[in-house]
Amino acid sequence: MNAIYILPYEKLDHFIGLVVKDFRLIGPTVKHQQIVYADIINAAQLPWGYVDNQDAGRYQLSKQEQPTVFGWVNGAQGIKPFLFKSIELLWQVERDSNGKLIFSPKQPKQEALAFFGIRPCDLRALLIQDKVFLDPNHTDAHYAAYRKNNFIIVANCTRSSNNCFCVAMQGYPKANADFDIALTEIEQGFTFEIGSEKALAYAKQLQLLPASQQQVTSAVEKIDAAAAAQTKKIDPINDPKKLMQRLDHPYWNEVAKQCLSCGNCTQVCPTCFCHDEVEQPSLDGNNSEHLREWGSCFTQNHSYIHGKTIRPDIKSRYKQWLTHKFSTWHDQYGTSGCVGCGRCITWCPTGIDTPYVIQQICKDDDHE
Amino acid sequence: MNKPCNNPYLPQPAEVIERIDESATIFTLRLKFVDPNIHAAYSFQPGQFNMLYLHGVGEIAISIVSDPTDNTLYDHTIRVVGRVTKGFAQLKVGDQIGIRGPYGNHWPYQTIIGKDVLVITGGLGCAPVVAAINYFFQRRDQYGRIFIVQGVKHSNDLIYKDRFAAWAQHPNTQVLIAAGVTIKGWPWYKGTTVDLLPKLIQFNGAKTTALICGPEIMMYYAIKALIARGMSDESIYLSIERNMQCGIGHCGHCQLGPFFVCKDGPIFSYAKLKPLLMKEGF
Repeated sequence: MNAIYILPYEKLDHFIGLVVKDFRLIGPTVKHQQIVYADIINAAQLPWGYVDNQDAGRYQLSKQEQPTVFGWVNGAQGIKPFLFKSIELLWQVERDSNGKLIFSPKQPKQEALAFFGIRPCDLRALLIQDKVFLDPNHTDAHYAAYRKNNFIIVANCTRSSNNCFCVAMQGYPKANADFDIALTEIEQGFTFEIGSEKALAYAKQLQLLPASQQQVTSAVEKIDAAAAAQTKKIDPINDPKKLMQRLDHPYWNEVAKQCLSCGNCTQVCPTCFCHDEVEQPSLDGNNSEHLREWGSCFTQNHSYIHGKTIRPDIKSRYKQWLTHKFSTWHDQYGTSGCVGCGRCITWCPTGIDTPYVIQQICKDDDHE
Repeated sequence: MNKPCNNPYLPQPAEVIERIDESATIFTLRLKFVDPNIHAAYSFQPGQFNMLYLHGVGEIAISIVSDPTDNTLYDHTIRVVGRVTKGFAQLKVGDQIGIRGPYGNHWPYQTIIGKDVLVITGGLGCAPVVAAINYFFQRRDQYGRIFIVQGVKHSNDLIYKDRFAAWAQHPNTQVLIAAGVTIKGWPWYKGTTVDLLPKLIQFNGAKTTALICGPEIMMYYAIKALIARGMSDESIYLSIERNMQCGIGHCGHCQLGPFFVCKDGPIFSYAKLKPLLMKEGF
């Protein structure tokens, strides 16, 4: 078992200061009336006292009396935008006066990133994206550069939103591995679980005291309460992998009526990786930049081949997204593509409830 | 192929050495990498494709049609269908483009030695199989009977006429061509690709491997006919076309159920694709 210390609130700013000396630190802040991960250099920038209220198609941030750091659950984005960026310049090409093409790769910036206060579901999502972009046969140079030397400070959840369903996805509001430090907010501060030698060095520098049994128990109880509070469930018998066997289920028509094909779910999903390659030529036509931008399987162009769109209608696009996320992702990566963060429900303008859709299609009723 | 800076997306410059106009809208670019070391190190297998880049416009996936054992030039047959291919059609000898690849898997050719081979193509569909056909004929004695079946919409669309004529000269080989719409003097059949299948002579489904490429509706009916004539799901191979932007399974556009066509395909056995072929939205 990992060593667990106590980080009192008074030492939080000191801790952040130490990390900032070694890394570019990304942490939760309040921006545009929601939680946004951004560069931070001190504890004052954290969302002290903020609580989010999430429901299907609804997100509202409010401030409460008690100044906790992690009273909120999540915002529209986890840390995906720092590793798999929404726009990435891949290479440039110049055509010289003789018509020769000179291609130059865009070298990704090498910097060590530390993430403060990421949720256990977002950590699981990160490991899922690794399987896509760190595939040993085709490693993505940009993702790999940003992912290298990360220092990960998880914030275990002491609250679940109305849309959280990590437990239904075989997760839990607690990280068990793959972090440097796991914090759980309790009275007067945080339990500070050590996951690496570097984390231990910080604990020593900060002269942290070991957590008492009572403090450890308090943290576990808060996490368990968050797990127990999750209302969205997927009955284990309704295995989402069954979606691929139920491509003709009538409920696809129902959800297609509600879906606007806006692609919000794919933009907020911490594991969605689809992207478009885009060309940006200069006005004189001699230089051109080749970029990739986040794409979405909900767009018309996504499945276009000459003269034909494979998925011309909303039903087939929704089916593509859901079957990939919950069923064929297993075939491709040996894991579900969903971590149960609930963002697809919160940010859906018509409030489509993803676990509910799965239950409707996968439940054993008359349809087989 | 060299991948400088480990950037798998970076193309290599290549020059158009020769351009062959196959029909009004179809042309073949014969290409050579500018860097002789890259040209010499490059190799591919029949059925694989390259991502071809047109300066300032973008990339498209195009199968390699030249002979895999001859690395003088790497040939790509292209039909004008969209923005990038329209641009490619403007290229002249001496112009430069970018190439990265090869990508994807290849047709079975070593595992089917000794078997009869049936190649069925529709439209421009022949291009992805040309390299394989050439491979078979260069080792003619290693394979049994060879059938080549090609269908086009209009007789004017038929390309590679010389190649079909040359292939038909080989022993123990049957070449059948059909067009839906024909002009006067058309020496072949009028009809669809599938209409040609009953005309196969000395066809033994149990000892034949089929390589099929073209519209999925054609594949679907061809498969039905072949299964009825004793072929198994495992002995039928299909080349699948989907939107491809990265070629390495990252961009997601070519997803087909559990597969990414760019890296798990573009060649699939029918046994693998059976549950999804002609399935709406896949």
